[in-house]
Amino acid sequence: MACGIVVVGSSWGGVTALGRLLKGLPVDLAAPVVVVQHRRDAPSVLARLLEQQTGWRVCDAADKDALVAGTVYLAPAGYHLLIERPGHLSLSTEGPVRFARPSIDVLFESAAAAYRRGVIGVVLTGTNDDGAAGLAAVVARGGRAVVEDPASAERPAMPLAALATGIAATVLPLDDIGAHIGTLCGPAAIPA
Amino acid sequence: MTVAPLGPGDAHADPDLEEIEIDVLLEAVYRRYGFDFRNYARASLRRRLSRRRDLEGIATMSGLIERLLHDPDCMERLLLDLSINVTAMFRDPDFYRALRRTVVPVLRTYPFLRIWNAGCSTGEETYSLAIMLAEEGLLERTRIYATDINRSVLARARDGVFPLEKMREYTENYQAGGGTRAFSEYYVAAYDGVRFDPALAANVVFAQHNLVADRSFNEFHMLVCRNVLIYFDKTLQDRVHDLFYDSLARFGILALGQKESVVFTPHEHDYQSLDEPQRIYRKAGSAPSRRRR
Repeated sequence: MACGIVVVGSSWGGVTALGRLLKGLPVDLAAPVVVVQHRRDAPSVLARLLEQQTGWRVCDAADKDALVAGTVYLAPAGYHLLIERPGHLSLSTEGPVRFARPSIDVLFESAAAAYRRGVIGVVLTGTNDDGAAGLAAVVARGGRAVVEDPASAERPAMPLAALATGIAATVLPLDDIGAHIGTLCGPAAIPA
Repeated sequence: MTVAPLGPGDAHADPDLEEIEIDVLLEAVYRRYGFDFRNYARASLRRRLSRRRDLEGIATMSGLIERLLHDPDCMERLLLDLSINVTAMFRDPDFYRALRRTVVPVLRTYPFLRIWNAGCSTGEETYSLAIMLAEEGLLERTRIYATDINRSVLARARDGVFPLEKMREYTENYQAGGGTRAFSEYYVAAYDGVRFDPALAANVVFAQHNLVADRSFNEFHMLVCRNVLIYFDKTLQDRVHDLFYDSLARFGILALGQKESVVFTPHEHDYQSLDEPQRIYRKAGSAPSRRRR
């Protein structure tokens, strides 16, 4: 299966989890990675931190950025990040969705609408249920769902909520997710 | 060739079909009411349209098109959905600090100031600017033109009433943004929230203006338009940047949202950066680098 985009949602414990996920991703991944990590309205050092930890190119997304394979885009604090159409993102200051801005659901639903079956959605550790509806939307459009194993997640609530929707999802311990994404994307992946 | 008929629920799940429906809806709204959302950023637009469709209790975008065409009240509701942009007083306090530090000294050199706050929505930003200008001793010589596409949000902005429960956040923002007084001096409790001092709005003109369709209406020393252009696609953004360029006086200030930029617009080289992280620019004195398209 070819994939066009990898979207990742994480909350409590997510900074550490994102570092481990990125380290496990194949370096020649032929898709952009777009991440919503719940965080407060503060100047972000997260991008630099992840970049140093993992060697990936990590940036805070700016409005209408073009999505380039092999780059990790973080939703900036205080904005929703949406996928505008394949290869392009947009930002929005619409109100928080279930108390979250950025919202994982907003990212995932827009990715599903733009890329349809070309989406791999990943839900990691967290204490709320953001991402559950979004992951269901990804699967409904033919995309793939990957959920961090709640048994070993730092906070299991968000993975559990994603699984409680009853969608078909691959459940894996954190350190195995990167390689699995590599397999899903495969060598025949279509760059965004 | 046989074509399988679609069941009633299938239309909803087929993204291509919904894309067609949205195109038709935007065309219908434009031709029926003159509001042109065709070059709005599609992902956010789709979210808002879906929300309106659900609130109206309608199953499909096609159903929403029918109601919109025949029921102007429905259009009013949609217009609110599409034009309210959630903001906060002194959103991004660092921006207001940068204004005080970098821009105010420039503004002081003018005997009379015209400021355009474009896409002012319900007025949070306008009142924040007015408060800052008052504290810097500039409000009396300033006229702020606060514009929005939507009449009802302008009416709310004119009232200057904001929710009481927001005041803690706004007070923190105000202080972090370099505020020099007690924030509570600026408002009194009202039955429906807190009402800001009408003196702040004495030099504010709230007026309807559509960035998509209307022309420039004056020449400004500063133009503040934050987190409005993110709702437009690149084509429309470039057109609005033409409008902004034409609306600014020589050496006029342009202030955008923190994730917006003049980079990659036709006017990239017509501005110099005064504060890059805060996206504050100053129009260059020379001729534009490219003629209007």
